[in-house]
Amino acid sequence: MKTLAPILTVLLAIIVLWYGASVLMNRAWTYDQAARAGTTVTASEVIRDAWSQDRPVLPAPHQVAKGLWDGLAGQAVTSKKSLVYHGWQTLKATLVGFLIGTVLGILLAVGIIHNRAMDLSVMPWAIASQTIPILAIAPMVIVVLASQGITGLLPKAIISAYLSFFPVVVGMVKGLRSPDQMQLDLLTTYNASNSQAFWKLRLPASMPYLFASLKVSVAASLVGAIVGELPSGATVGLGARLLSGSYYGQTIQIWSALFAAAILAAGLVILIGWIERRTLARMGMAR
Amino acid sequence: MSDTIGGAPPVIEARNLNLTFETSDGPVHALKDVNLSISKGEFVSFIGPSGCGKTTFLRCIAALERPTDGTLTVNGVTPDEARQKRAYGYVFQAAGLYPWRTIAGNIRLPLEIMGFDKAEQVARAERVLDLVDLKGFGAKFPWQLSGGMQQRASIARALAFDADILLMDEPFGALDEIVRDRLNEELLKLWVRTGKTIGFVTHSIPEAVYLSTKIVVMSPRPGRITDVIDSPLPKERPLDIRDSRAFIEIAHRVREGLRAGHSDEV
Repeated sequence: MKTLAPILTVLLAIIVLWYGASVLMNRAWTYDQAARAGTTVTASEVIRDAWSQDRPVLPAPHQVAKGLWDGLAGQAVTSKKSLVYHGWQTLKATLVGFLIGTVLGILLAVGIIHNRAMDLSVMPWAIASQTIPILAIAPMVIVVLASQGITGLLPKAIISAYLSFFPVVVGMVKGLRSPDQMQLDLLTTYNASNSQAFWKLRLPASMPYLFASLKVSVAASLVGAIVGELPSGATVGLGARLLSGSYYGQTIQIWSALFAAAILAAGLVILIGWIERRTLARMGMAR
Repeated sequence: MSDTIGGAPPVIEARNLNLTFETSDGPVHALKDVNLSISKGEFVSFIGPSGCGKTTFLRCIAALERPTDGTLTVNGVTPDEARQKRAYGYVFQAAGLYPWRTIAGNIRLPLEIMGFDKAEQVARAERVLDLVDLKGFGAKFPWQLSGGMQQRASIARALAFDADILLMDEPFGALDEIVRDRLNEELLKLWVRTGKTIGFVTHSIPEAVYLSTKIVVMSPRPGRITDVIDSPLPKERPLDIRDSRAFIEIAHRVREGLRAGHSDEV
């Protein structure tokens, strides 16, 4: 109860601010309409109208909630209007991209700690790759792959992997290097090989770092998948919902898709957190 | 200083050993002209202030450092060859147990690396846990044990693969006096029972005198040996031997040796 009260207070404050902001931003339309019809409107009429427009500048919370509910539960899950359908399309690309990014990130990290040339050369490139806006890369990936006849899920997954490998590289390099000199010396006294040192010491020691990275990386994967949907003609996925919403001024649709994406991201992060707790507990590292 | 017992070849022998570290402030002479031979079954303590090279010498024996000059043999071969033959177990100042392995799992670590079969690993872990008085703690994780128990587990880990030499670098340095006394007593019993050759680095005069058959007094800048004392104390040593005349005399000589090493440089 003690933890619930502050959370609910903050939530309530956000909702109140949101309702207020939606009046401020939507009332111009109401006044316009009234002026055109040659009538005047009272304050309560302005508020009622601001919270129930079809294409508000800022939809009120209950409008977004209704849009979200319609999208999630009000449609057949195979319908093009269903957020479950679009969410699933995005989720598939996210998971494939997350998998590629994680494997790539771990492989790069292993290379960096075992090979001096890679240590000196890979990290600057990895950092440079993240300074280029993903919005600039995404259309090129789509175009290049489409010219090779590859369309659909894979291009989105690759854009998603492009964002998600980076936190894994950074975290895993740090994690694989986390054993101190004494622990490495101990293995030297056993005449352990590099691969034994990797499997018995470096890899288990890196697990807490890996999971911290995975939480960042899974969220980045989702962003990558959504961005990957924008230039691809935008027919399926949450990105498509965002794009078509903005084409037609369907602000409620945009906000519903945004919230669907946020819920999806939260679910993924919670899932990783759960796997982390299970894994570390099994390793005896959770207290 | 070559005092091999009964003509048997020394287990560890250093001849004119020098080691210089190149640092940004110029060369540091960590070991200068070190001559020492250690026979099988001896308990040798290295004592001296920080920077006297006692840990460096132990690390040279373990092939964790490479001497710049002179010869050093372990079991008649180079330290690196001895390391590859797994001639010694090394105990560090911190227990350094892997938090993701149980106590028994930690003790099995060297055995896994050295390729012992599963049943042998389990049997050996049982045996050494018993040896360090940790029977029944095998399934616990390190964080569930006190500092003293963790250090005992790390000694068990070093004993598990039956190396003839045990090298210990201030293993009880981080523990309180009471726990330390108890572990010293247990270590002596363990040494008597196993007949291992032990090299033991310490800061503590009573600890060195209580444990050792030979005390090597060292002094810093450059790191060198100033005195080697062969202890006349019997092999069986109850804790109250520390009040005996012989004990106090040796402790006095160690203290004098440490002081002499200090006055040299001023």
